[in-house]
Amino acid sequence: MLQNPASNLHQLINVERSEMDILRQIALVLQRGDSSGINELLQQALDNKLGPREILDDGLIAGMNVVGDRYKKHEIFLPEVLLAAKAMHVGMDKLKPLFLKDEVPSRGRVVIGTVQGDIHDIGKNLVAIMLSGAGFEVIDLGKDVPPKKFIETAVEQNAKVIGMSALLTTTMPVMKKVIGELKEKGLSGRIKTVIGGAPVSEEFADHIGADGYGYDSVQAVDCIKRLISAS
Amino acid sequence: MRDVIEIRKQEIIPSQEDAFALQGISSGSKVSSNIILLFDQAVKIFAEHAQPVGIIAEISKNDFGIIYAGEGRNETDTPVAEIFQKADRLALFATTVGQGLHDKINELFVNKDFALGSMLDSVASAGVEKAADVLEAFFGSTVTRGIEDDKNIAVMRYSPGYCGWHVSGQRKLFEYLKPEEIGITLRASYLMEPLKSASGVFIAGGVDIHFFADTYSFCSQCETHSCRERMYRIEHSINASEPGEQPASIDKRRKE
Repeated sequence: MLQNPASNLHQLINVERSEMDILRQIALVLQRGDSSGINELLQQALDNKLGPREILDDGLIAGMNVVGDRYKKHEIFLPEVLLAAKAMHVGMDKLKPLFLKDEVPSRGRVVIGTVQGDIHDIGKNLVAIMLSGAGFEVIDLGKDVPPKKFIETAVEQNAKVIGMSALLTTTMPVMKKVIGELKEKGLSGRIKTVIGGAPVSEEFADHIGADGYGYDSVQAVDCIKRLISAS
Repeated sequence: MRDVIEIRKQEIIPSQEDAFALQGISSGSKVSSNIILLFDQAVKIFAEHAQPVGIIAEISKNDFGIIYAGEGRNETDTPVAEIFQKADRLALFATTVGQGLHDKINELFVNKDFALGSMLDSVASAGVEKAADVLEAFFGSTVTRGIEDDKNIAVMRYSPGYCGWHVSGQRKLFEYLKPEEIGITLRASYLMEPLKSASGVFIAGGVDIHFFADTYSFCSQCETHSCRERMYRIEHSINASEPGEQPASIDKRRKE
């Protein structure tokens, strides 16, 4: 029996529509920070034969991009970004095993930390979470990180960027020290530096020779994206 | 005077406004029910895990001069250097909300509960400030006790790492105060353990000595300008406090 071509077309359109719906739903659930809802939707997407890459790019990362934009426009606040970030991580934990080992999505490796003498890490944590949501591999050294540790880790892990944060004016010189030591070791071209934190400014970043400056977490992630694509 | 002071938890639970400010949420902002829920959860954890305690030790101007000089790394011109010389009394202090709270924050981050971990971090930071407020009020009450014209006396606090006082100043402060007695230790990088701790000096003296223009070289790099708020508080509390009244939120554990 011949199949009705119009009916096939409708089926095709319906499949595409349901794929779009499920990816859109994933993005929306992520924006709401609903970690418990995300797993069920991911399973539905996988049952619908959607690939992990598609689900990641058009569902999770698409949702996280909206969260970043809304945060940039001051439409939502830090806790909402962090709720979304948790949903992102829950989703990534489900998808990661589905990627082949060498296909695990990574846009590059970033070493990040709050500089020595400083323990203020909310901003740094947010950048780390947003970076990982944007598909970067983040090596978070925590707070009170000595210059040597930043550099050694970046070299060992073949990281492309070192991100440094400070809240105290008295600890800002540590950033300069890291950049100076990178230069001394001839690594400054290979490993880029991005700085941020309440007292840090673009002028200060230029003054100490940092490759980039992030006024807030969204800007820091944009800056790192730019630096990595340029390299 | 050297006192170890147990601080009642319920007296240092921060306001929503204080915790939200540390989350970058300005006063009066309309927030979602999710954020309110996070704050309530964080306060509950704070009340369960906080172990606030403080230590305070009076110090002479001469001795404080040596401590303030620290390792010689302060900015050349600072407000504290001028103000402490005009003070009536000075006291070093340290306070903490305990290691348990810090461990709980870490646990939440490890479990990827970023939003609750971050909110608890803010609640704990604001709680430490409130603990320092309690110590400050206690010191203030000892200064003004018996003084008839006590409304003209005010206390303001400063900490290493801020206002041009280099963080390396912690070493000499710790040598004098010995806050290890209440479980606060100093890392090689001059940071305190537990991390949710505060230390510094209380400067008590005539109201006028506390006012300065925040135009020092390092002020341009300071985004909080919390000194303005503190000066404002002093200005507006002159007529508010009762003479010589000891704050209700403290229990003196031991007087040495």
